[in-house]
Amino acid sequence: MVAFLSPLIEPGFFSNLPVQTALVVGGVVAVVSGIVGTFTVMRGQSFAGHSLADIGTAGGSAAFLLGISPLFGFVAMNLMAAGVMEWIGIRRPRGRDLATGIVLGAALGLAALFLYLDSTASSTTGATINVLFGSIFTLPSSMVPVIAIFSVVAAGIVLAMYRPLILSSISSDLATAQGVRVRLVGIGYLAALAVAVSLSAVTIGAILSTALLIGPAATALRLTNRPGRAAAFAAIIGVLATWLGVLLAYDSYYWFPSTGGWPVSFFVVTLIFVIYLASQIRFRARSGVQSRSTATEAA
Amino acid sequence: MQGRAVNGSDEILAVDGVSVTLSGREILRDVTFHINAGEFTGLIGSNGAGKTTLMRVILGLLTPSAGTVRVESGSRGRSLIGYVPQRITLDPDMPLRARDLVGLGIDGQRFGLPLPSSMRRKQVDEMLDAVDATRFADSRVGNLSGGEQQRILIAHALISHPRLLLLDEPLANLDIGSEQEVVDLLARIARQQRIAVLISTHDMNPLLPVMDRIVYIANGRIATGTTAEVVTSESLTKLYGVHVDVIHVHDRILVVAGRREEALQHGGNESIVELV
Repeated sequence: MVAFLSPLIEPGFFSNLPVQTALVVGGVVAVVSGIVGTFTVMRGQSFAGHSLADIGTAGGSAAFLLGISPLFGFVAMNLMAAGVMEWIGIRRPRGRDLATGIVLGAALGLAALFLYLDSTASSTTGATINVLFGSIFTLPSSMVPVIAIFSVVAAGIVLAMYRPLILSSISSDLATAQGVRVRLVGIGYLAALAVAVSLSAVTIGAILSTALLIGPAATALRLTNRPGRAAAFAAIIGVLATWLGVLLAYDSYYWFPSTGGWPVSFFVVTLIFVIYLASQIRFRARSGVQSRSTATEAA
Repeated sequence: MQGRAVNGSDEILAVDGVSVTLSGREILRDVTFHINAGEFTGLIGSNGAGKTTLMRVILGLLTPSAGTVRVESGSRGRSLIGYVPQRITLDPDMPLRARDLVGLGIDGQRFGLPLPSSMRRKQVDEMLDAVDATRFADSRVGNLSGGEQQRILIAHALISHPRLLLLDEPLANLDIGSEQEVVDLLARIARQQRIAVLISTHDMNPLLPVMDRIVYIANGRIATGTTAEVVTSESLTKLYGVHVDVIHVHDRILVVAGRREEALQHGGNESIVELV
């Protein structure tokens, strides 16, 4: 087995501490992103998910200035932004996207300032690159318990609200009539999303975290007709892409000694995209013949 | 579920003197009607007449500015009302089988993960059978036709054993065949399970063979009784406040207002019928 894998796995992969941390953190974060992301896609909140990632850059870059872990900056900023988004976008059908856009614009302004200050405060561009594109190999292992706690919180919220979330994704009227407090479920979900996005931002970067949130979930929705399985598949796909990405990034150090290895985020995101394309081709082939049009849209 | 009847009779729903004013506009004025167990009632009116508002008041989603709504023993217990909302778009991307949606009718409001249970499964299977949906029980809801989706939503509403079933425009966007199937299904359920069915629609014709009672709504006011009592030129002219003719063509009824700007027709044809 080891002999078979040796051409794929360059020496020292499993004994390397940053690699170990990256595998553990990447795996945990991919599971959370898969579970939360499945509901993001089902609820049509991909824009909010992506925006929270961008908004978080203001928090992540501010954390750098304060000398604390960017994760805390991301979480604080995202929870705050989620609160403001919920407050502005109350109950209007299109209000949600509008509110997201307004908060996104304001936060990116702050991010521009903080990232500028980051780059003037230190002589390198490390902070900017870390915040935007992730830093899974530079995560201190002391952050592992913190990441684990945030992960349990985000996944726990979503799993606890599993059924009310599905009902309110179908129709808020239907859910309300059945006794679901739709507003509360929406707020709880947005909080879980804010935390999940923060976790994937410190793993593969703020800009790329949407890929980990949406990609595996969108793929999983094609593979099964059951919501629970979709969440499980999304988690598995995310973990596989992340672990394989970490491996390829590690290996790439040996392939291209002159550049010192390519960024892990590039590999993870590319793998997720390739998996999505493959599922899309399979889905088209399978549903092409039997797909029936629904007449529910006209009115 | 030992609900006492409202007035000692078999009354399920009592709407008394309900008025609703939303941002200064009067949507409903002094609406009063009662519905008994096993009765099939049509709530008929054109778009914007106040049908959905009335449904929301009955469901307790909207508080009336005057009047009372009592469901069975006087409390507005939600499980006593099954509800099929208007125009739900079930996304084909939603990974949800028809049977999952029906199952959510049992416990969709609960927190925590659902535990597999053979009793729950049996209950869902029986419900799917009752609405003739066993054939597509394992299909994705978003891929079903309009009529199939409507049957699944009805099953979702019925599985909690309500005494009153509210359906908001369930026949919109259905072809004539599925329209008839859904109406027959609802009539059967009302008779067999003694459930009071209240169904809103802008076209009364599909309901004519099965309707016990009509609640005709226009300008926020209603006229109620049997079809023969309500759908007459005199009663509708009074309700609309303009001259209205009621025309019987074969087994269908056309309601036609005399003035062009108020021309209303409920016949199911696409064109506006107008009398000079």
